[in-house]
Amino acid sequence: MIGHNTLVVLLGCAALGAASGVVGAFALLRGRALLADAIGHAALPGVVGASLIMAGFGGPARSLGPLLLGAALSAWLGLLALRALTASGRIRPDAAIGVVLSAFYALGTVGLSIAQAMPDAAQAGLSHFILGQAATLNESDAMLAGGLALACIGVVAALFQPLRALCFDEAFARSRGLPVRALDLGLLALLLAVCVAGLPAVGLLLVVALLIVPAAGARLVTRGLPAMVVVAGVLGAAAGASGALISTRFENIPTGAAVVLAGLLGFGATVIFSRR
Amino acid sequence: MTAPFSVSGLNVSYAGRPALRDVTWQAAQGLTAILGPNGAGKSTLLKAALGLIPADSGEARFFGLPLEQARPRIAYLPQRASVDWDFPASALDIVAMARLPRMRWWGSVPRAEREIARAALGSVGLAEFADRQIGRLSGGQQQRVFLARALAQGADLFLMDEPLAAVDAVTEQTILAVLHDLARKGKSVLMVHHDLSLITAHFDQVLILAGHVVAAGPVAEAFTDAAIAQAFGGLPGRS
Repeated sequence: MIGHNTLVVLLGCAALGAASGVVGAFALLRGRALLADAIGHAALPGVVGASLIMAGFGGPARSLGPLLLGAALSAWLGLLALRALTASGRIRPDAAIGVVLSAFYALGTVGLSIAQAMPDAAQAGLSHFILGQAATLNESDAMLAGGLALACIGVVAALFQPLRALCFDEAFARSRGLPVRALDLGLLALLLAVCVAGLPAVGLLLVVALLIVPAAGARLVTRGLPAMVVVAGVLGAAAGASGALISTRFENIPTGAAVVLAGLLGFGATVIFSRR
Repeated sequence: MTAPFSVSGLNVSYAGRPALRDVTWQAAQGLTAILGPNGAGKSTLLKAALGLIPADSGEARFFGLPLEQARPRIAYLPQRASVDWDFPASALDIVAMARLPRMRWWGSVPRAEREIARAALGSVGLAEFADRQIGRLSGGQQQRVFLARALAQGADLFLMDEPLAAVDAVTEQTILAVLHDLARKGKSVLMVHHDLSLITAHFDQVLILAGHVVAAGPVAEAFTDAAIAQAFGGLPGRS
C-alpha cells in the first residue's frame, strides 16, 4: 500500500508534471523552451546561497521555502544576464544560454563544495537539487510545489487566448494592442515558477525535459492548442507521478531520471501513434 | 475629411543603415498600392507606422489620431511567411484572434465572436475550411485566412503586407473582390505590392518608394513610366 506521505508526494509530482506540460506547450510554441535549461542551472547558486545564509543565522537547515526563493532569485539573475548578453544582437540566444547556464552552474558547484566543508548539516540534501529526490520531500514540501504548479495552470487558463495569439503571430498581437511585453514576461515567470517548483523533486539538470518532452509529444498527436495543452498536461502528470513512485520505491534511483524516463516512454508512444 | 493615414518626416534605419528617409505622405480614402523594388522600405513603412519596429524620427497618424487612439480602427495583415503555419490551430481559431484584446481572455472563444470569425471566413470563400488545420491549407488559402482575420476586426483602415505574393488565381480574384468591396463601403486599404500589372485596373492611388518617396498620388498622375524607372532603375538612394 501507499502511505499517506508517499501519496502526497505523488500528487505533488503529478501536479508539477501537469504544470510543466501546460507551461511547456506555450514555451515550445514561443521558441523559449530551452530557457528552462538556463533557469534550472542558474538556480543552483541561489539554493546554495540561501542555505548558507540560513545556516549563518542559525535557522532551520533545510526548509524548502527559503531555498526555492533563493533559487528563483538567482534564476531571475540568470535570465537578466541572458537578456543583457543578447541585447546587442551580436551574441545569439543559443550561445548566450550556454554561457549563462555554465557560469551559474559552476558558481553553484563551487558554493556547494564550500557548504559541504562546513561542519553542521547546512548542506544536507542540497545535492538532491541537482538530480532530484522526491523521497526526501515531506508533506508540506510536496504541497508547496504542487500548489505552485496548480497556480501556474490557473494563470495559463486565464490568459489562454492572448497567449495563443502571441505564440502564433507576435506582429499581429502587437498591432492589436495586446500587452506583448507583459505577456512574454508572464510566460517567463510561469516558466521560472515551474522550474523552481520542480527543482527539489526533479533536479536542475533534468527539469528542462519535463517542460519539453510532454509538450513535444502532445504536439505530435493533436491538431488544436487546447488539445495539445491538455495532452501535454496529462503526459506530464503521468511522468511526474510514475517517476516519483519509482524513486520512492527504489531510493537509489534519482527522481529526475525516473520522471524523465517515464516521460520519454510517453513521448515514444506519441511518436509511434503519430506515424500511424 | 481627415486622411485615413499620414506620415511625416519618417526616418527608419536597421543597424545604422537607413531604410526610409524623410518620408512624408498622406493617403486618400480608397485603395492604395505601395510599390517599389526589394529593400525600398515598403514593409518597413507599415511596420514603423504600427510601432512594430522603432523609427528614428517622424510620426504616423491614423484618421488624424496617434496610433494608440486609432488602434481599434486599424487592421494589419502581416506577410504570410512571417508565421509558422504548422501551429496547432484551425482556420477559425486564427480568424477569431481578430476579436482580441476585447474578447474574453480565458477559456474558449465565445459563440458570438466565433460567428463573426465564421462570417469573415465565408467572405473569403473558406466557409467549409473553418475547422481545417491551417497547416493543411494551401498557401493561397492561408493568405485568405490572414485576410479573413483582418476583416473580422471590423476595421476602417487595412495595412496589408504583400497579400498577393505567390498566390493562386482564385485567391487573387477573391482578395481583389474583397478590396473593392471594402472600398465601396468607404474603407481604406494600403497594400504593399510588387506586381505592376494590376495597378491601373484595381487601385485608386499609388505610393512609389525607393528608400524615399519617388512618386505619390492618383494612379493616373503618379503611376508614370518615369517614376517607375526611377524607383526600379537600380538607383535606390539618390545622393
